[in-house]
Amino acid sequence: MAKLTFASEICKGCGLCVNACPKKLLELDKSRINKKGYNPVHITDQAACVACAACARMCPDCVITVER
Amino acid sequence: MAVVFKKTSMLTDVPLHYCPGCTHGIIHRLVAESIEELGAADKAIGVAPVGCAVFAYNYFNCDMQEAAHGRAPAVATGIKRVNRDCVVFTYQGDGDLASIGTAEIVHAAARGENITVIFVNNGIYGMTGGQMAPTTLPGQVTTTSPYGRDTSHCGYPIGISELLSTLKAPSFIERVSVHDVKNVVNAKRAIKEAFRRQIDGKGFSLVEVLSTCPTNWGMNPLDALKWLEANMIPYYPLGNYKDRDKEAASK
Repeated sequence: MAKLTFASEICKGCGLCVNACPKKLLELDKSRINKKGYNPVHITDQAACVACAACARMCPDCVITVER
Repeated sequence: MAVVFKKTSMLTDVPLHYCPGCTHGIIHRLVAESIEELGAADKAIGVAPVGCAVFAYNYFNCDMQEAAHGRAPAVATGIKRVNRDCVVFTYQGDGDLASIGTAEIVHAAARGENITVIFVNNGIYGMTGGQMAPTTLPGQVTTTSPYGRDTSHCGYPIGISELLSTLKAPSFIERVSVHDVKNVVNAKRAIKEAFRRQIDGKGFSLVEVLSTCPTNWGMNPLDALKWLEANMIPYYPLGNYKDRDKEAASK
């Protein structure tokens, strides 16, 4: 069971993590806007995440913490 | 639950000011993680450049010194020579290291100063608004080359890794990229090795990291990564350019 935690307030919505996820589980949350004015990333299916941390390694802002 | 990945304590909690998708953030993290993993957190001293990374002193959780434009290797030389036990690094962009700072980097490398240089090459002046840099590719459009870099009067880009690898003194020179996860992991290995050379007293080490500038290239962050892979890597081939340890072993 993997768990991703997002520091959503510092996310800039660049989408590099969305592109890096091999299982395509991440997307920018168009229903939310953070304090910086961006749509922050969120995970669509937590149960399917394998905690490979590819998203966290591509994130320029260290938004994502990965646990397993 | 076991933590697979979390932000390194060598970076402060100050949010990075870089544009969305700028790979400076990734490179900051790789440098910080390398220092932490080598147990050098207490003795690291960084030298910040002029350019987009000018605020690097707010982000690295160690002593930092701001240098005049391009002069980071000279400042680092002084710091290292009076603090021989410290791990001293500079973090410079191409507008800093490859243009106004060319003299300093060539001579620091030629002297074999025992410092580590992280050279971030995105082929453009980022902070000042996307002007043509010495590393701008032939034909690349910038605000000061609106019809593309014309090599008939602007010449050709400088390959810093190739240039410095002709010198005898440097211990380790490698060019890496951060356009995908595989290359990010490889860049981390190279940066860590560069710091290890310094800790072992082997002398000058430099890692050139190809980076993106989505804002000034006029692309979204994903297209910028693709543009880097398709255009920059053919002109700036990745790989090791100098490894004195290997040269010594093969003799």
